[in-house]
Parts: sequence; structure tokens; C-alpha cells
Amino acid sequence: MTVLTVTGVSVELGGREVLNDVSLTISAREHVGLIGPNGAGKTTLLRSLLGLLPITAGSITIDGRTPHEARGSIGYVPQRHEFVWDYPVQVRTAVMTGRTHRIGWLRRPGQVDKDAVQEALERVDLTDLATRPIGELSGGQRQRVLVARALALKPSLLLLDEPFTGLDVPTQEILTRLFKDLTAEDTAILMTTHDLPAAADTCHRLCLLNGTVVADGSPEELRDPAIWLRAFGVARSEQLLHSLGVTR
Amino acid sequence: MIEFFTEPWTHVFMQRAFLVVLMSGIVCGVIGTHVALRGMAFIGDAVAHSVFPGIAIAFVLKTSLVLGGIVAGLITALSVAVFSQNRRLKEDTVIGVFFAAAFGLGIVVMSTAPGYGGSLESFLFGSVLGIGNADVVTVAIAGAVLLLITGALHKEFVTVGLDRETARSVGLPIFWLDLAMYAMVTVSIVISIQAVGNILVLALLITPAACARLLTDRIGVMMLIAPVIGAFSGLTGLYLSYAFNLAAGGLIVLTATAVFIACWVFAPRHGLLSRRTSRATAVVSANP
Repeated sequence: MTVLTVTGVSVELGGREVLNDVSLTISAREHVGLIGPNGAGKTTLLRSLLGLLPITAGSITIDGRTPHEARGSIGYVPQRHEFVWDYPVQVRTAVMTGRTHRIGWLRRPGQVDKDAVQEALERVDLTDLATRPIGELSGGQRQRVLVARALALKPSLLLLDEPFTGLDVPTQEILTRLFKDLTAEDTAILMTTHDLPAAADTCHRLCLLNGTVVADGSPEELRDPAIWLRAFGVARSEQLLHSLGVTR
Repeated sequence: MIEFFTEPWTHVFMQRAFLVVLMSGIVCGVIGTHVALRGMAFIGDAVAHSVFPGIAIAFVLKTSLVLGGIVAGLITALSVAVFSQNRRLKEDTVIGVFFAAAFGLGIVVMSTAPGYGGSLESFLFGSVLGIGNADVVTVAIAGAVLLLITGALHKEFVTVGLDRETARSVGLPIFWLDLAMYAMVTVSIVISIQAVGNILVLALLITPAACARLLTDRIGVMMLIAPVIGAFSGLTGLYLSYAFNLAAGGLIVLTATAVFIACWVFAPRHGLLSRRTSRATAVVSANP
């Protein structure tokens, strides 16, 4: 079942075309890694999927709806620095804010909301820290709070912006296992990453983006060094190719 | 000794002053919590200045000063929101342009009124002992409405305060919530101007919230502590003003500042204690 369909999408930022004719589909149970150099438009694509940026051409459908209509049913995990960590709330409250719009105006969280938050905390292994102020968390714990906040919506599509950046190995393992469980339960995952070996290891498919989709396939299918060199716009980089396991 | 505390209450003008200072302290403490957490101190200062032309015009036209101030404050807040859409200008630059302009307009309007010097002084430094019955009622109603709205939109304000982009992505109307926040800051400033004056009103908004932030890591608790400190500072300042015949507005702000310094010095211990307590609670709730 297709969850996300992106067809011929172009996006302009400040008069400059950042994305040109991008097409991509993601099905339930798929974990796709969005890979590309800085400025390739990875975050721009995520923001367009969330309906935060207008597209100048093409179409986006999420579960058969436009991004605007699908608002509130997409789980979004931004980069950690987008969040105000010295705000005086506890972990459980921070996770509950993921459901603010779904709870609705002038209403307090009900049992459904509390259960969803509890389940999200359990999935990221944060139940012991539920009453800890968010300002006292480590980097790995913070990343898990952001993932839990997105999961509190029980989304069919989960978008993650650089979830592995700056994390220690145990936290990466917790998240990798969690993403595997989620895709096994029909969730579709799209994540941007700079960590190419980890992406090749955890993703079912890799999508190489540099203004447009340069290549799209399973890690095994993307063994040709020329594809990677084109995506990253470099003439030759043994180090890059080596780190990808493309050459030895 | 007891007489020292009860004697001021026998005067009607002191009763009104107590009520207004108490209500201003509570309202500013609650709203100020959001102002301090979102780093809106400069916006608060700007709004405090920008209500001036409205109050001046209302003074010249002999209509409600509170209403005039609210209208002028809202116009300035809207102007800032609209003009800062131009990305070349940062929001605080636009604020700098508009609040100075508003203050200038206020002074020009005020100078057309005969004998404006006295009114200007009471506006700038407060005139808590000259408050009328109608003012007390206005402050009470406006304050109650503000507290109701803050409670009703609490989870939305917290969500936006934590992470604007994600709040926007799930469909929360950020622009309107920002505007509501500016409007609430404006109204709480206008109703407090009579107590401490235009220049010092920012202290009533920011200082109690800053004290509360030093004492707790929970926004809900902050919103209880800040109004208590605000009300305590207001009442203490007023007593001292009555006892020693000194300016009330200044004494209120100085009391709040003294509390802030005390919190700043002693909070690390309290902070540590409260953190230990919350950790102990976490362990207990994890192993019931």
C-alpha cells in the first residue's frame, strides 16, 4: 500500500529553485533513507511534505490526501536544535505536546491521549524518565523524546531529519530496532541522514537527492560508484566510496 | 506593630490601591511566565511604550485610559507582526522603530493638553493612590478574562513555545496564537500601568517570572510562584510607600528585585533540592 506519492515536485526558496521535478513513492513497511550533500534540498523536501512550504509544480499525496489535509497525522522529528530544551516541562508533557492539535481547543488530554503518550514513552524506553525536566536530558535521551512526541500521534508516515547525528552507539541501536518494529507494523519511514553506512545498514531503500532524485533503489542496487559521485557532485572520492562500502 | 499592618486599610484610597496592586501582580506574574520563557522581554518593553499614545489621546478626549492604551498597544503589535514579514528586517529592529515612534506620538499628543506635566508624570511613574472605583472594576474584569484565556490556551502556548515549526506542521495557527499572546501582554501592561507606571511595568512582568524560573522546572508551578511573588512585591512596596512616604511604583519594583537577588543567590540549593525530589518521585512512580 502506497503511503506517500511525490510526483514531479519543484520548490523555490527565495526565487531559487531548490527542488526540481522530484518523484518518489514510499509504501507502508518501507524505511527509506534520503541522502545527499548539504544544500541538496533534503530538509526542504521534508518541509514540503509537511505542508510548511508551497510547491511550484507537481503533486504530493499522503494516504490519498494533500499535505495540508494530512496535517496532524504525519509524525515529524526535527533536528534536535529546533527544540527549546530549557523550557520548564517534564518529558511526559513534552511528548504530550505532539497531540495538542488532535486533542482540540479548550480540551484537556483524555485517557486515549494519556495511553498514546505512555505507549510512545515505552517504545523509546523513556518511562523511567517520564517526570524528568527536559533540560536535564542527554543528547540521546532528547532524540528519543522527539521520536516519542512524533509516535504519540500513531502516524502512518514518520519523517525524521538527521535522527542519528551526534548520537552514541547504544542510542543508535535503540532507534534502529524501533524503526524496524515500526515498519513491521505498517508504518512508512522517510529519514534524511549524513550517516551513509548506518543508512545502508538500516534502510530498505536509499534515495539519492541533489536538487532532483539522482538514484533510487536498494543499497545493493546502488553499488555503482558513478551514481554516488554524481549525487554528491564530486569527481572522485575514494574516502566517500570506501565509507559506503561501494569500493574496497 | 499590628496597627502598622492594619492602619493603611482604614483608608479607602489604600484599599483600592491594594486591590489593584494585588491583581496586577497576579496577572503580570502569570502572563510574564510566558514572556520570560519565550524571550519576549523586549516586546514587553515595546508594548509598554507603545500604549502611551493611546493613553495620551484618551486623556485629551477624556475617555477611558485603559481602552485607549489597549487599542494603541494592539495596533503596534499588529504593525510589528506585519512589517517583520519583510525578511530583510529582524523583528527586534522593527519593534525598535515602532515603539519609539509610538512614544514620540504620545508625547506630541500629550503636549496639546493643558497642564500635561502632572499627567505625564503619573503615567510614567504610576499613581496608585489616585485610583478610582471604576478603575478597580476594569482591572478586575480584564484580569479575570486574561487568566481565563491563559488557562484555556495553555497547552497550545506550551506547544508553540517548545517548537514552533513542529507546532505549525501539525496545523496550529501560529500567527493567531502569537497575536493572542501580544494582545494579552498588552492588556496586562495597560491594567498595571496605574500601579507602577509605564517605565517600571516591565519589572512587574519579567522579574517575578525570572524568580520563579530559578525556583522550579515546571511551567505550571512557575505560574503559581510568579503571581505570588508579584502580589507580595506589590503589597510590600505599597506598605513601605505608606509607612515612609516614598514613591510606591519604585518601591514595588525594588521589592521584586530584592526577591530576585535572593532567589539568584539561594536558588542553586533549592534547585538542587527540587531536582532530588523530582528524581525520587520518578523512582517511586517507576517502582510503585
